[in-house]
Amino acid sequence: MPGAAERGAELREQMEAFVARLRGGGGRPRSEDTARHTLALLRKIIAHGHWGSAGELMELIRAEGRRMAAAQPSETTVGNMVRRVLKVIREEYGRLRGRSEESDQQESLHKLLTSGGLNEDFNTSYPTLKANVIEAINELLIELEGTTDNIAMQALEHIHSNEVIMTIGYSRTVEAFLKEAARKRKFQVIVAECAPFCQGHEMAVRLSKENIETTVMSDAAIFAVMSRVNKVIIGTKTILANGALIAVSGTHTLALAAKHHSTPLIVCAPMFKLSPQERSWQRSMFTAQCLTTSRQSSLLSSFLTSGVTRLPISTAS
Amino acid sequence: MSREEKLQLRKEKKQQKKKKRSEKGPAAEPPEQGAAPEPGQPRVTPHPSSSPTLADGPSDGEKPTGGKSKAELRAERRAKQEAERAQKQAKKAELGQAATPAKPRLTPTEPPTVVKRLPEHVQVDDPAALRKLAKKLERQQVPLRQDYGTKVNLFSHLHQYSRKKPLTQQMSIPSTVIHPAVVRLGLQYSQGIINGSNARCIALLEVFKQLIRDYSTPPNEELSRDLVAKLKPHISFLNQCRPLSVSMGNAIKFLKKEISCLPDTLREEEAKEKLQSTIDNYLREKIVLAAEAISKSAFEKINDHDVILVYGCSSLVNRTLCDAHMQKGRAFRVIVVDSRPRLEGRETLRRLVRKGIHCTYVMINAISYVLPEVSKVLLGAHALLANGSVMSRVGTSQIALVSKAYNVPVLVCCETYKFCERVQTDSFVSNELGMVSVPFFPPGICSLLLRLGSTGHAELSCHSSS
Repeated sequence: MPGAAERGAELREQMEAFVARLRGGGGRPRSEDTARHTLALLRKIIAHGHWGSAGELMELIRAEGRRMAAAQPSETTVGNMVRRVLKVIREEYGRLRGRSEESDQQESLHKLLTSGGLNEDFNTSYPTLKANVIEAINELLIELEGTTDNIAMQALEHIHSNEVIMTIGYSRTVEAFLKEAARKRKFQVIVAECAPFCQGHEMAVRLSKENIETTVMSDAAIFAVMSRVNKVIIGTKTILANGALIAVSGTHTLALAAKHHSTPLIVCAPMFKLSPQERSWQRSMFTAQCLTTSRQSSLLSSFLTSGVTRLPISTAS
Repeated sequence: MSREEKLQLRKEKKQQKKKKRSEKGPAAEPPEQGAAPEPGQPRVTPHPSSSPTLADGPSDGEKPTGGKSKAELRAERRAKQEAERAQKQAKKAELGQAATPAKPRLTPTEPPTVVKRLPEHVQVDDPAALRKLAKKLERQQVPLRQDYGTKVNLFSHLHQYSRKKPLTQQMSIPSTVIHPAVVRLGLQYSQGIINGSNARCIALLEVFKQLIRDYSTPPNEELSRDLVAKLKPHISFLNQCRPLSVSMGNAIKFLKKEISCLPDTLREEEAKEKLQSTIDNYLREKIVLAAEAISKSAFEKINDHDVILVYGCSSLVNRTLCDAHMQKGRAFRVIVVDSRPRLEGRETLRRLVRKGIHCTYVMINAISYVLPEVSKVLLGAHALLANGSVMSRVGTSQIALVSKAYNVPVLVCCETYKFCERVQTDSFVSNELGMVSVPFFPPGICSLLLRLGSTGHAELSCHSSS
């Protein structure tokens, strides 16, 4: 069928473009944009891919997901979205098989204790599975759009008048958070600029446009200024399963300084940044990446500092 | 009771003296006497916030030269106060003797000596202190530095200078009061050409040597007294160009003491020779020999296959590392940590690489990444405070803090002439604000740059906490 072949080719092109963009080049994309694109691509794969049963679909998704994640291991959002889609497929399949939600949970816990493994074969094919899965993915997309606003709505609970808030680098979630609070409350913000790319400057400019009193300072002054700060609010790239953060370079210092001064630290992150992985990051993985990409590379650039022999990333726990 | 009577007698004598002086002329009246009785009432319950401004009175401010009537009015007021106080004391004496020993102490007539005088540079938000500074500089013919327009609120108690025009543009050329070598030195300080506490101190002492060489005692003056007076405007000028460092302050104190201790029997030439050799001795002992001694004991701690982390640019640390590499041939590598905007680590990098030491260069936000492989941290200091805190370039305390988290020992190298009696709890109390040269920010953003003032408690030689 020419239509299907065209669609297949188009799909493959989009996949290639996405993978290439993940690998580097261009501006730093938002995690939310990456998540949305991943979901859109996966939806297309489900709609136009060749698969028969749920099991085949899951294999297909896994394979594509692995390829996308391999292009940029530090971008964990891709992996998280793939896992969510797989979970959606499993749920829809289970629902179609005729099991209710509660018994499913009970059974799965019982199963965990006794059999220790899924004995679902996912081999029966249901005609409505595709439509259900696509609908569920659409719901996911809608949920994605609202995450920043949902986080920003809680701003007034945490920020009070005449407080001095410290943040680091440029996080759009934190920007929305602070802007929402600034509509009702007056407070000051101190931004650490995060050399050498100085994303903090952009953050400060945007905040000051909302008439928030902003001060930019160098990373070296983080500890020096911390004695006057009431709260630290940061964004992050990933939250690992053991509670560790993978965030912009300098966050660990910020967290240590806040701990020393007993200043509360708040991390604003949407759900799709929660990763079930727990490994400690290997340095070699990142150095290998950096040697192959140009210095203007987008994703890596936000986390790396210029180095002669090592290209470091900071993790905070 | 007799104590009170003695105090009263003293008061009356002083009053008489004041009246005599006020007849001579109000300008001659020392301001101390003017300030002291007025706090008589408030001094009964001493309040710390009022004392700094009162204490500024006895220093070198000039009293406004009002007419005689002002002085007379003041004398009358004082007499009234004395009378009231005498009445009060008489009443209290009737009531009980136990209370009286305490009272005389609370109503002194001497100038308050127990009050701590705050240094001028942390009182920028007090207009009276600013006026005093302006007057003093005017008297010495030293230009006053312009303040920056929008200020950061957190630092409203510190000077925030504008960078638009260097200080020397307001001065005439040649300046009659300030020696040209000092003008040049001031410019070098303010433009950041001479940086680092050791370098600034050495430059200062060399310039003072030249000042002494070119100095000639005016007739009817003592060299020991006049030279100190001639140095004062130069020191004010340098202070305006860039606040004095602790090393420079200690050197100046030493020099002033040496000058005022000169015996009068010496001829001018001999005195100048003696001063020059004293300065040379100071330079050699306190800076050069001290550096050698510190370097010798510090590179005992550097072993083979060490990874050493250094921050910024410290002459002492650089010397230690170069000595360890060249003389002892230890095989170690260095990680140089740098921070914006001064990027002093590049200078360190240059010097070390030239000697052939294996170096790595990172920015300060990457220290959590490199510290697991570091075996020692070597830091320089700007000053050592009386409570054991180390004062150094901003960012040093961060390095110490993160090193503690990774259990890496921190060594601080500091010569003894940098010890000072100040105590500081955090970096806001007293600091020097630098000027930021970043792309233009729209109004509403303040750029904050702390030059110094990262304080941290350090145990010299072993682990540190901050």
